[in-house]
Amino acid sequence: MEERKNKIWAFAIMSALILVSLVYYSVNVFYMYLIAYIWFGVAYGMMLQYGRFCFASASRDLFAAGVPRMAVGILVALIFFSFIQAILSATNMSTFHPAPFGPHTLIAGAIFGVGMVLAGGCASGSLYKIGEGNGTSILAAFFGLSIGQAIFVDIGGIFNNLLPKSWIASSALKEVPAPSAVPPEKITSWFDVYLSGYVWDLPAIQLSATEAMSKVFPGISKYFIADMLINSIIPAILILIVVYAAYIRKGYIKKRAKEKGGSAIGIGDELVGIWRMITASKRTTLMGLLIGIVAGLHIFVMKGMQIKFGVKNFGELLTKMGHTGDVAVNGTVFDPGYWYITSQEAQLGGWILDKFGWVMRDNIFFGVNNGLPDLWRNPALWMSFGIIFGAMIMARLSNEFKFKMPKGELWAWGLIGGILMGIGSRPSLGCNIGAFFIRVAGGDPSGWLYGLGMVTGAFVGVKFFNWWSERKMAKELESF
Amino acid sequence: MAMKFEKTGEGTYMLDVCGYVCPHPQIYAKKSLEKMKEGEVVEVILDNPSSVETISQMCDQVGHEILEKKTEGGKIFIKIKKA
Repeated sequence: MEERKNKIWAFAIMSALILVSLVYYSVNVFYMYLIAYIWFGVAYGMMLQYGRFCFASASRDLFAAGVPRMAVGILVALIFFSFIQAILSATNMSTFHPAPFGPHTLIAGAIFGVGMVLAGGCASGSLYKIGEGNGTSILAAFFGLSIGQAIFVDIGGIFNNLLPKSWIASSALKEVPAPSAVPPEKITSWFDVYLSGYVWDLPAIQLSATEAMSKVFPGISKYFIADMLINSIIPAILILIVVYAAYIRKGYIKKRAKEKGGSAIGIGDELVGIWRMITASKRTTLMGLLIGIVAGLHIFVMKGMQIKFGVKNFGELLTKMGHTGDVAVNGTVFDPGYWYITSQEAQLGGWILDKFGWVMRDNIFFGVNNGLPDLWRNPALWMSFGIIFGAMIMARLSNEFKFKMPKGELWAWGLIGGILMGIGSRPSLGCNIGAFFIRVAGGDPSGWLYGLGMVTGAFVGVKFFNWWSERKMAKELESF
Repeated sequence: MAMKFEKTGEGTYMLDVCGYVCPHPQIYAKKSLEKMKEGEVVEVILDNPSSVETISQMCDQVGHEILEKKTEGGKIFIKIKKA
């Protein structure tokens, strides 16, 4: 009975998404752009749920339980995604752009890392867990990533007094009246000064675009060697070896020695050990492989849409359709062109606060770069909804959907974790997906910097939870 | 909501972490097994599917035997014998 009910639910959600897509298409063919985001979101959601694919669990389960399942899955996804990214760059079909490189990335990553452990899921993980009915993830995504981020980019007042003078001076140089880049009236919050006075002055590095790499690896080889091999695959393989040596090798060697009846262990056995680690959780590794391929395909499709409609940003299509109030002063809306999570959630928060009368368009984030489209015309937000619904379909099909209201301390962990994730994703202009996964595979070393920060933050979060759970266990043991 | 770790008999325990989300079920499962003696059995009851994969792999790595795994009424029951 329960199984049948779940199947009906899965069918109903899928039908509703098809209907929504048809309605959009019938309203205007330009909405094909938005429909592509919906369905890639659904695909991500299904894969994330099936593979239990969460970046938080990669470092957290490693530190908390010694389980490398998710770390392996992410590294596998990275390897495949970087290969497809290199093909797309070589054929001029990539929408990837590197981000400013600086210590802010590391610090933001560390804050995000603590947040994702407390919240019980990273930015993408929280969305798929909402699809499973997880109330704590709803708290983290709504109050932290959405409302929290929107407030974070818009607050000024006393916070502006804390800004370094050098940032304020540099920011003032970028105040150019409309319709040029940054109208002065849009630099109002501390985040505006941080962006225009600090982040924009930093270099954005893509290995293949550096002079050194272009000279050594001419033509398209620079994408495959610099971006793919040097920035992604070689570090990924090295991390796999380190994880194997630190967490798996000891136990495996014991088992292997028994299997071989005491014969010496050689390099072949070590390779078998690494392979066993990679295939230990088939569903996670398989989904890592698929996510890598689909994320690459996503870039290809979005670039194809841009070529088809002759635009570089969905804002241009919204303007053509007469929705000029949706776009920023530059005529753009948030349209990453690939898998991304947190900016659209900030837009959701900004949109809600805007409806309650909070002036949200007087800053760079909403007013100049990303716009504040109505929710139903926000392409990237549809991708996030797609992830939730895709995960819900999968969870229903495997009878794993269960609505769980956050109880007890989970209220606090969800809220604090979500807010920390919001604070940790905005200064770095992305989260575990946009600032780590996409950047590393695209040849941007700042992705690794963010990853290092995330792992460090996760370590701190796990230490805290270990202390917390030890306390609770001690209380339980008192009654024995 | 409270986590429950109870002794249910001679060498048998029950860990109820229903309502908890990642990473709590796997942390409590690990800590429970650390408190137990070799050969003792704990039944872990949870309703967070993402934790099941991690608990299973943790047992496999350490050598704990999973005696039974079943799903009933949205709850997952895993019986683990400590190695």
